[in-house]
Amino acid sequence: MLRRFLLLATVVLIGAAVPAAAQEKPRYGGELVFVVPSSPPSYDAHREETFGTIHPIAPHYNTLLRTDPTDKTGAKVVPDLAESWTISKDGRTYTLKLRHGVKFHDGSEFTSKDAKASYDKIVNPPARVASNRKGEYVDVEAIQAPDPYTVVFRLKYPSASFLNSLASPWNWIYKADILAKDMRWYEQNVMGTGPFLFVEHVKGSHWVGKKNPNYWDKGKPYLDGYRAIFMTDSAAQVAAIRGERAMIQFRGFSPVERDTLVNALGPKITVQESAWNCVILVALNHEKKPFDDRRVRKALTLALDRYQGSTALSKIAIVKEVGGVQVPGTKFATPAADLEKLSGYGHDITKARAEARRLLKEAGVPDGFSFVYKNRGIPMPYEPLGVWLIDQWRQIGLNVRQEVIEAAKYYSELRGGNFEAAADFQCGYTVDPDLDLYKFESKDVSPSNYSRYVDRTLDELYEKQGRATDAEERKKYIREFERRLLDEEVHYIYTLQWHRIVPHSSRVHGWTITPSHYLNQQLDTVWLSE
Amino acid sequence: MIRYIVKRVLLMIPTLLSVAVLVFFLMRVVPGDIVELRFAGESSFAQKESLDKERARLGLDQPIWKQFTSWMGGILRFDFGTSMWTGASILEEVRLRFALSLQLAIMATFIAVLLAIPLGVLAALKQDTWVDYVVRIFSIAGLATPSFWLGIMFILGLLIVFHWLPPMVYTPFWQNPIQNLAQLIWPALAVGYRYSAVATRMTRSAMLEVLREDYIRTARAKGLWQQLILSRHALKNAMLPVLTVIALEFAFLMGGLVVTEQVFNLNGLGLLFVESVAHRDYTLTQALVLLVAFVFIFVNFMVDLAYAWIDPRIRLR
Repeated sequence: MLRRFLLLATVVLIGAAVPAAAQEKPRYGGELVFVVPSSPPSYDAHREETFGTIHPIAPHYNTLLRTDPTDKTGAKVVPDLAESWTISKDGRTYTLKLRHGVKFHDGSEFTSKDAKASYDKIVNPPARVASNRKGEYVDVEAIQAPDPYTVVFRLKYPSASFLNSLASPWNWIYKADILAKDMRWYEQNVMGTGPFLFVEHVKGSHWVGKKNPNYWDKGKPYLDGYRAIFMTDSAAQVAAIRGERAMIQFRGFSPVERDTLVNALGPKITVQESAWNCVILVALNHEKKPFDDRRVRKALTLALDRYQGSTALSKIAIVKEVGGVQVPGTKFATPAADLEKLSGYGHDITKARAEARRLLKEAGVPDGFSFVYKNRGIPMPYEPLGVWLIDQWRQIGLNVRQEVIEAAKYYSELRGGNFEAAADFQCGYTVDPDLDLYKFESKDVSPSNYSRYVDRTLDELYEKQGRATDAEERKKYIREFERRLLDEEVHYIYTLQWHRIVPHSSRVHGWTITPSHYLNQQLDTVWLSE
Repeated sequence: MIRYIVKRVLLMIPTLLSVAVLVFFLMRVVPGDIVELRFAGESSFAQKESLDKERARLGLDQPIWKQFTSWMGGILRFDFGTSMWTGASILEEVRLRFALSLQLAIMATFIAVLLAIPLGVLAALKQDTWVDYVVRIFSIAGLATPSFWLGIMFILGLLIVFHWLPPMVYTPFWQNPIQNLAQLIWPALAVGYRYSAVATRMTRSAMLEVLREDYIRTARAKGLWQQLILSRHALKNAMLPVLTVIALEFAFLMGGLVVTEQVFNLNGLGLLFVESVAHRDYTLTQALVLLVAFVFIFVNFMVDLAYAWIDPRIRLR
């Protein structure tokens, strides 16, 4: 047991030192083989929602800005196709200077015309073209390309998150001439400026890319190519890494799978871990009694012993950190002192549950009540977390039955309000308050507000934090938002933050884990040691 | 005979049409929505406008009768359309997986026949001896062991003992036979063992019945050579039920090996089937159900023809 613990600790420590190791001289050559637990529905990231599109296809593209591939928080914005940017004093005009000499894979030159056409497709898609990201850019008033190497975004109002939006890993830059001919061409084809050229895609099997010898970032990429293998079964994924048929699976493994790999491969495996910008929420349907009563909702959050839950569940499931509305350890995360003041986040669980019982009594249900918790039909981590929640609620006299809903039916149930309490989730491509809090605006503003409430105070606070360009001022509004959402009104219940665990071959260098499995997938900085 | 074949081929048409109608309406009854699943999934920003646009593009906003007539019109022209999930042609989606599934089914059948017939005959000949008991234990163990579990054991065994794992990507046999067999032999063994167990039991009981027939006794009384009695008289007559079992199992393998395909990461029809249902990819699911139905009908038809060849007393009309 001690030996196993020491081995795991050593391997995780090695993982923690990975960004530092990335400073050593990269080695050229080799093919990175990685596993993708999903497949791309189409090749167009502007319309897709799954990492199954990002992981195999992102290496063919660039974005205007990107997050720093060495930054563990995944929130530091650095140049990509735009080499620099300026923001006007009123915070409404973003001017980006583009790189010269960038070529698409067909040899044509990249200019601002391509950047504008790509963003026009995202922000103002023509009829019959779906852009899943349109809602993120409601603040954009105009996109202009005054000269071939400048692109200007004019906003309706200042937006503290706009720079992060420009670094979105979904906003690949496409070729304007192709889009002009066929707006849907990119759904089935690849033509980017990225570090790798497209070689082959065998549907359901694999995706292959090879080094772009004319890549604009001279000296990169280091790899000769990569091969993404699609594999849905997690046992097969573990076997692939264990059998050294694959080097990494970028999304993440469970703690048990990590331990299996570490025990089998020892120093041949390196583990990187991070808090994950995904969280399972409990949506409480405000249109169903007694969940329309805030005292009942508060009792439900007070019943949860999050700290004990974190200790127990993190051994078997991909959940760990106790946090507020932002991932712990990031810029706008809730300080521990503030977190403890929120209902259900204190360390005295006996006191919290006594308060929960008092609130239930006050709400007219002193003996508790029964309800159905609708859980999403995905085992990890929904299943263990659901079991934990039901046990916690039982401690205050509630009788909860779990109903597992198959994934395809799940959204219809949530959107239709056909539930009392249900598992809901939030998973962002970067840790950013605008992205992470939008969901909780009133139901007539946010289509994914499944708790179905209207709270104009919350809407106002969302707007204030989004327009506050001063970080301290923004923090203040975020804390107010959080207090109202999780403590005063308890519109939603935050459970535990997901915890991302990526055990990979120790030969893989130059890749840093972040709180998002959508980031750092260009692979331009990745290299393989002997 | 020709009249019989034409009649059977013509009978396939209403059967397949009934399957088509059934699967079309059943898929619409099952709750769930491909557009919600794909676009409202992880996004907080998915707008109703985008979802409606996508539904219109896929034709899901049309009345059911219109969707049905348009799909049936396509089928009559052998145009199965495109997958709602990937946008790729359905023929292409199926073609990619068909070769692997067919090869795996053939290999598993080959292994099953190779094991089942000699073992079944031997067990029948040596009834109630230790040989019979060993064969019975072997076949009952095969029936009781799920092939995916056996597959997991193969993988673990290969990993732990030989530090080796079969290739994860399918290579066609004509491109690289060694690579191809290195990947497919393990699932074929896992599936073939279970398959052989069913066929062994059937061969044994059919042989036991035939060996008690008067004509076998007569042949023995004539002093005919034992090998000849077995091969020409007993085995040929015992083969009819065995052939049915083998054929039905073969048809099942074309699309029914979901978990085994997952365990060995095989890009086959079974996995495609499950994914298409999970995604509510109506067009692809409908096409796959039709394909599997066709395989079953075709295999049964071939068995009927084989009956006539094995037993000339059977007259097909």
